[in-house]
Amino acid sequence: MRDSLRRSAVVWSLVGGAGLVLLPWYATSDGVPAGKVQLLVPGLALLAALALRNLPARLGRQTLGFRLMVLGAGGFIYIAAQAVAVGGQPGLGPGAAVVATSLLMLFAIGLAARGFFRGDVFVAGAVVIVAALVALFTFYPVARILVSAIQGSDGAPSLRALDERLFAPKIWRLDCLTGGRGCGVGWNTLLLAVLTATTTTTLGLAFALIVTRTGFRAKRLLRVLTVLPIITPPFVIGLGLILIFGRSGLVNQLIEWAFAVPPSRWIYGLPGVWLAQTFAFTPVAFLVLIGVVEGVSPSLEEASQTLRADRWQTFSLISLPLMRPGLANAFLVGFIESIADFGNPIVLGGNFGVLSTEVFFSIVGAQLDQGRAAALGVLLLALALAAFVVQRRVVGRKVYTAISGKGDSGRAAPLPPLVRRLAFGMALPWAMLTLTIYAMALAGGFVETWGRDYTPTLRHYAKAFSIEWGAMGLVWSGSAWRSFWTTLELASMAAPLTAALGILTAYLLVRQRFVGRAAFEFATMLSFAIPGTVIGVSYILAFNVPPVELTGTAVILIVCFVFRNMPVGLRAGMAAMSQIDASLDEASRTLGGKSFVTLRRVILPLLRPAVVAALVYSFVRAMTTVSAVIFLVSADYDMATTYIIHRVLNGDYGVAIAYSSVLIVLMLGAIGLIQLLVGERRLRRATPAPVPLPTEAASA
Amino acid sequence: MTGPRAARIELSHVTKRYGPVTAVRDVSFTIDAGSLVTLLGPSGCGKTTTLRLIAGLETVTSGRILIGDDDVTALGATDRNVSMVFQSYALFPHMSVLENVAYGPRVGGRPRRRAAEAAREALAGVGLAELGGRLPSELSGGQQQRVAIARALVLEPRVLLFDEPLSNLDARLRRQMREEIRALQQRLGITVVYVTHDQEEALGVSDRIIVMNHAVIAQEGQPRDLYESPDDVFVAGFMGEANRVKGVLQRLDDRTGRVTIGGITRTLPHRGLPDGAVDVAIRPEAILIVSDHVEDGALRGTVSQAAYLGSRMEYAIVSEIGELFVTSPAVTAPLAPGAPVRLTLAAHGITLIRP
Repeated sequence: MRDSLRRSAVVWSLVGGAGLVLLPWYATSDGVPAGKVQLLVPGLALLAALALRNLPARLGRQTLGFRLMVLGAGGFIYIAAQAVAVGGQPGLGPGAAVVATSLLMLFAIGLAARGFFRGDVFVAGAVVIVAALVALFTFYPVARILVSAIQGSDGAPSLRALDERLFAPKIWRLDCLTGGRGCGVGWNTLLLAVLTATTTTTLGLAFALIVTRTGFRAKRLLRVLTVLPIITPPFVIGLGLILIFGRSGLVNQLIEWAFAVPPSRWIYGLPGVWLAQTFAFTPVAFLVLIGVVEGVSPSLEEASQTLRADRWQTFSLISLPLMRPGLANAFLVGFIESIADFGNPIVLGGNFGVLSTEVFFSIVGAQLDQGRAAALGVLLLALALAAFVVQRRVVGRKVYTAISGKGDSGRAAPLPPLVRRLAFGMALPWAMLTLTIYAMALAGGFVETWGRDYTPTLRHYAKAFSIEWGAMGLVWSGSAWRSFWTTLELASMAAPLTAALGILTAYLLVRQRFVGRAAFEFATMLSFAIPGTVIGVSYILAFNVPPVELTGTAVILIVCFVFRNMPVGLRAGMAAMSQIDASLDEASRTLGGKSFVTLRRVILPLLRPAVVAALVYSFVRAMTTVSAVIFLVSADYDMATTYIIHRVLNGDYGVAIAYSSVLIVLMLGAIGLIQLLVGERRLRRATPAPVPLPTEAASA
Repeated sequence: MTGPRAARIELSHVTKRYGPVTAVRDVSFTIDAGSLVTLLGPSGCGKTTTLRLIAGLETVTSGRILIGDDDVTALGATDRNVSMVFQSYALFPHMSVLENVAYGPRVGGRPRRRAAEAAREALAGVGLAELGGRLPSELSGGQQQRVAIARALVLEPRVLLFDEPLSNLDARLRRQMREEIRALQQRLGITVVYVTHDQEEALGVSDRIIVMNHAVIAQEGQPRDLYESPDDVFVAGFMGEANRVKGVLQRLDDRTGRVTIGGITRTLPHRGLPDGAVDVAIRPEAILIVSDHVEDGALRGTVSQAAYLGSRMEYAIVSEIGELFVTSPAVTAPLAPGAPVRLTLAAHGITLIRP
């Protein structure tokens, strides 16, 4: 035991030493060498750690651990402080990264030696490294955005600047009530979020009731419908709505032709964004609520029926109250999705601005006001975090529905006729409308100009995806190829990292108990509540300048994907892992399997479906995300979604629609693949529906 | 009979807290090498936590744990050379029976062939030599139990731990497995710690029993001692049924005293209690229903309920010293509710208990 600890310490000291000597300390192309001061202290720390190999055994593990902790933490803090404090240095490079990592590992080994993490080096190292990554790529940028929000135009902290930005009339004016101009973006955001959350929860409940409590034949079709929004770039529904309800959309043209009513622009603004968000997020509510409805124990409904209650009484007095926490959760999930949404408001918003689009326009538009963008971002962040905290309370409080594995037999009560009719009456037209929108979005790419000239054409596809034979062989001459290949490349690099980090974090959260676990868990979950636009702005603010200079590189996009999409891997991993009895790990440990061996030989094989799902979903989401990415793309690294958004903003709908269709078909292929590989049941589990933490359910 | 590998276990002042909850409070005991000791108690008493502390699956909040001569307090489960049979058996569902049993040797670094060899031997030891190729899900409960034991034994551990090993088996199989576990332990001479909440199981299998309640040891001793002279009301009630009645003690010498219960007098160990009113625990089978002629001060009573349980009758009897629970082997001549009876006390199965 002691030997294995010392061996790890030696290995990491050597790794750090190699990084120090062999890799460039700074990330510059012209290879600025680091001064002796930068290298001396970390080097000494590593040498001292190496020397601990010879620490006399009588001094014991506590002493060894303490010294390793001091050396690791000291060296790391020195690097960080030096990088921040001394100006004029280039950004830190691979050498600094390796040295910092090995110093953190030495610190972790020290913790393990002192008996933390049950003395397990692998777990200690994983916790320290994951925590450091979350701190660097979530909390550091958020701290930067907070700082920027209170910096005046001259750079000095100024409460007045913050006050002016946070309480500007542009955000909080109420003119729409008195009939003047529109209301402020703050009110717009809140109103939209409440409306969207209400409709998505209602529709989601209707779908959930139909799928679980009726003999409806096309249940599988409804479930397929729920996968669509996950594989769809967020603005496709907006585009489809424009094609149907827009100024030159089908409906307007029909009305104009029949009644000579001039086409209206109602779709651009609150109604359009609301409609689009309802389409986009109803499936999320459905996924939350299907678990809730399934969780209502049939035996309770049977008990109610044997006590002479009729169907309506059983539904309204037993089933519905039992679902209440779940309904509240679905509402809050819809609320959070709505305020974080960027794609739909930017396509359909028109003059109806919300916080997320306002953040975007104040940093890329003519205004270029970083302080204002930061302040708006902080406001958006505060809203999202408040909703997140409330949601955690609702989910964490009494969970009525049983999640235990114990089978509760019995047949669910059939729905009362009224509820049944209502559910079908809402859900079926809605499903039809969704299908229509997708059909339109696909068809739109094959006509000359929607609304004016319906001549079938492949012109848009040719423009985006043409391939020619040139002198040098194949030439990818279409305008979309560049962003297409970049997207594929970055998404396939990010997917394995996302899945690995997600599953590892899930393992730490579900399977390990250690001091600070609750804080670790809260920090990880909290970072998921941060809206994409906030992440985008804060990454620009944090990583545009040394010590960690990443903007304009592929690294920042990959990092963004990994940390934005980690919840997919994390939730898939946590849900799957809590299905695996903890005694399997314990059995492995008593048989001599160290935690890493246990993870690799026992847990991962059992988690294979979740791992595959996490891989494919992080790939898909990296391909379809837009909100954070739009801030981070550069000339060298343009992404498919941002390319499409810019086509839309230029009114070039044909290419945008053609490109979106290609993406959707590609994603359908990916989803189809996973269907074949792991089956539909597992697929559903991995979707980003909030899974109540197993620790809350079983704190025994 | 003590095997060559068997190790003694010593816990000294072990406490385990989870936040504000104390699961195990200042527990100390020693388990001799090669003996089978049961941790017995109601659910939530800390017995499973104690077992997991010995296994290294939990770390102590304070105190020390020794296995053999080694202080293992700071070691994890992986490094303690202790094996455990889990309540759920915890067989790896994605591995065959043979792979399950070979897992320990494999992760310990033995070559595949030697690991498989050891696994086959261990499987043969529990009579499952032919089933190595099956998946755990294709086995019956009893077979799974045996695989779990083979998997635990293949590493030749110094200590073998059982966590409620029989609770997932049906009643008939339970007795059989209990006897097999005991026979195996005797044959191999290993140290076994066994957790159960079933007092009959504990009585049937153990060299010694440690009864736990509310995170502390309530009493520790040989099965017979615990059943016949429980220290307090809890142990008396947990080690089978007990009637608790009032009596009067008068010391005779430094060991025994005369105890008067109703009109009946018996000589019992006084257990250091002072003269005067005392609590007495009486086993249901120690209250004898006697025929009508008056013996030395027999108690009067009336049957209030009667139940026929095949091998014995169970009666609730209202008597001068309170309501009594009585069992009687006389199933051929059952008494009906309302029947008047006379009762006397047997020589065994009566003890003074501390208040």
